[in-house]
Amino acid sequence: MYDSIVSYLALVLLAAIPLIVTALGGMFTERGGVTNISLEGIMIIGAFVGLVTVNKLPASWFSSNFVLYLCGMIAAVIGGLIFAGIHAIAAIKMKANQIISATAINTLAPALALFLTMSLTLGEAQGSDKILVNGTRFIIERVPLLADIPFIGEVFFTNVYPSLYFGIAILVISSIVLYKTKFGLRLRACGENPHAADAAGINIYKMRYQGVFISGILASLGGYFLVTSFTNEFDATVSGFGFLAIAVMIFGNWKPKNIAFTALFFAALLTLSKGVAFFPALENWLYPPIPADTPPEQIAFLTYVSTKVIPNIISMLPYIATLAVLVLSSKKSAAPKASGLIYDKGER
Amino acid sequence: MDYAIEMLNITKTFGPLIANNDVTMQVKKGEIHAILGENGAGKSTLMSILFGLYKADGGIIKINGEQVDIKDPNDANRLKIGMVHQHFKLVEVFTVLQNIILGVENTKRGFLETDSARKKIIELSERYNLKIDLDKQIRDISVGMQQRVEIMKMLYRDADILIFDEPTAVLTPQEIDGLFDVIRFFAKEGKSIIIITHKLNEIMDIADRCTILRKGKCIKTVDVKDVNAEVLAELMVGREVNFTVEKTVAVPKEIVFEVQNLNLFDKDKTKKILNDINFNVRSGEIVCVAGIEGNGQTQLVRAISGLNPSVEAGSVMILNGINIVDKSIRDRIELGLSHIPEDRQRYGLIMDYNLSENMVSNTYYHPEFQKHGLIRFDQIKKYTEDLIQKYDIRSSLGATSSARSMSGGNQQKAIIARETSKNHNFLLAAQPTRGLDVGAIEYVHKTLIAERDRGNAILVISLELDEVMNISDRILVMHEGSIYAELDPKKTTISEIGLYMSGSKRQTSEVKHEQV
Ligand SMILES: Nc1ncnc2c1ncn2[C@@H]1O[C@H](COP(=O)(O)OP(=O)(O)O)[C@@H](O)[C@H]1O
Ligand SMILES: [Mg+2]
Repeated sequence: MYDSIVSYLALVLLAAIPLIVTALGGMFTERGGVTNISLEGIMIIGAFVGLVTVNKLPASWFSSNFVLYLCGMIAAVIGGLIFAGIHAIAAIKMKANQIISATAINTLAPALALFLTMSLTLGEAQGSDKILVNGTRFIIERVPLLADIPFIGEVFFTNVYPSLYFGIAILVISSIVLYKTKFGLRLRACGENPHAADAAGINIYKMRYQGVFISGILASLGGYFLVTSFTNEFDATVSGFGFLAIAVMIFGNWKPKNIAFTALFFAALLTLSKGVAFFPALENWLYPPIPADTPPEQIAFLTYVSTKVIPNIISMLPYIATLAVLVLSSKKSAAPKASGLIYDKGER
Repeated sequence: MDYAIEMLNITKTFGPLIANNDVTMQVKKGEIHAILGENGAGKSTLMSILFGLYKADGGIIKINGEQVDIKDPNDANRLKIGMVHQHFKLVEVFTVLQNIILGVENTKRGFLETDSARKKIIELSERYNLKIDLDKQIRDISVGMQQRVEIMKMLYRDADILIFDEPTAVLTPQEIDGLFDVIRFFAKEGKSIIIITHKLNEIMDIADRCTILRKGKCIKTVDVKDVNAEVLAELMVGREVNFTVEKTVAVPKEIVFEVQNLNLFDKDKTKKILNDINFNVRSGEIVCVAGIEGNGQTQLVRAISGLNPSVEAGSVMILNGINIVDKSIRDRIELGLSHIPEDRQRYGLIMDYNLSENMVSNTYYHPEFQKHGLIRFDQIKKYTEDLIQKYDIRSSLGATSSARSMSGGNQQKAIIARETSKNHNFLLAAQPTRGLDVGAIEYVHKTLIAERDRGNAILVISLELDEVMNISDRILVMHEGSIYAELDPKKTTISEIGLYMSGSKRQTSEVKHEQV
């Protein structure tokens, strides 16, 4: 039981980190007054660029896999910044509709990643649309000393991906930047009442560019963290994690701490189907063995239920929860008031 | 003579519109200088240029004799120019302290540092007697305190040129006195003050000199001690103005509209916006609801007109004997309600429809305007042309002009024409003169009184106390969603109304009944 809990917690953390990091990106851009629903697309770009980088750079150049991992992060961020830049220019400079420009990115990103995968033969084999991940090489087996702490040592310091530490650091830094710095105060003012910020001598456009760029950095890292630690192969999708991150941001009320808890909650649901395997008793209950005396005509049906129906219902849970949660929380949402609105200096 | 501020030959256009046309204004050091002008005269635009929010197309600005280039509010800040805007520029979810330091924050090792700011603000607030709660959020404090926060923002930035854009519009008479005391104290300390207003008595009360703008042009700068209110009014409007509204004594008859125990909560169901409202309006009288903006008047209008039908159970509104609480807007209109809405561009007109289409927007389904489901455009055109004549509605293309192309005054005339020409006996007029020039205001007042004399019941919501005193036959004063007093305009004074408006006084229910 103890081992099961540890394994499940580690799995939840693994899924929660990309959600947290991406949702924080969404939080920064929205706090500055620009909505960015292209988090999904930017995650895909981050994942793609980062993966290709760690796969194609010769391992012999690097003293350790950790440095290689860092290089992947940097490459992912560059990719994310470019795509966030497209959105920023459209939304801030050209004053375009922010939903449309972000949707364009969401459509473009997977198509571009797939196209490049195939045409440059980045995949596993000629003509394959899948890139092999091989993320386990980045696992940190144990952190000396800390790994000996009971429980915490096992969850946080044994067999973990570097993304765990980067994610936690990003969470802490985000929270400090948002609430304890001049930048955070100004950014929030731009998202709440840009006219007030303007009158206080703040350059709205500059702040908003920074907000969108931060979302590009964080979403691309989110994508990179997700694919390197959560999947075996990458075929130009992050399976809706970007949209889930937006839900996390909304339910987390645009606040870092709430975002972290919400992400853990969603991650717990997301990993449920895999997590069940850690708890034999639960697994037994969900998928009872088919009794020996079952009439043969029923065996096919029962097998179908336990291999197709139940797992699918469990996989649906996070998305159903998203809907439920958004409906329930929409009433007391504390969305930045000017988020998504174009700021026009002349307008009164 | 040394001038603190010189704005010379300033011109500013918005597209085809010339908001400031070769305006020159000079303010001496330590004086209180008023800018007078009707709505749309270009006062706010001129001051926004001085504050760096807009860039002038032509002209130069000198501060203390030196020519300057004010590109943004930071430049203004550096030149020690501060401004309290007509619509406050505050972040609702920030605390008072955060709002004051926003843009000029202190930092220590990269982190925000607020202790020194707090100390400085407390000193300033004691020195100028400006009471503010530093740790409350803006959305939780009164409008009066919000204004003090705006003033504190200027003082915190060590401004010595202070611009106030219509600072009295949101205040009670008592709060206005307090504000003027502070402004006088600033002037005595040598700060130069510019105060924008279109209220003449305030200029006579506080200003040393006054610059008058009309339609973007600078008319004249006068010494206030050499003029009186009539002269100022004439300069502002360009012709003689009749201040008093002529009307006979009202002869109210039967009750046309009655509200009983009207209660309404806000969207989240957390705050009561209308609290047990009871009153009636009789035929042949004008009842005015007075109060400071945001005390529930808008919600009262929305409840009566049906724009917000979600009143609490138990609320009763009787129009011509029928409870309209559950009736649709169209039913209410058919039962005799006419409504001149507060936001005329949003609820009064369809801006991209032409005048004739707007004239029948709530009656187009009547047989005289449609047959077998098809609109009878010829009839509508004829009807509109009649009204254009009768109400003197001016527009470039007559019945086919789009509502958007018309001036504010003529838009309002069109709405009044529509609402008073249709079948009705109860007229609900929400801030019917807001944003209109003096000529149009006179016109609206005359029309309301003619309506009354025709035997209709009229309910007017107004923020202007002069208007309330001039046209009403009975006054209801609203404060925080409740009726605080019911007064007879002939027996009360503006300052008494002010006490009820601010909630510092409240009639007991017995008195109210006596007066009915
Ligand atoms: N940002 C803007 N865009 C377009 N027109 C404007 C803008 N600001 C002001 N105006 C127009 O300029 C004129 C002057 O406005 P304003 O300076 O606000 O007048 P005042 O403060 O004297 O009431 C008005 O006709 C107004 O509609
Ligand atoms: Mg103005």
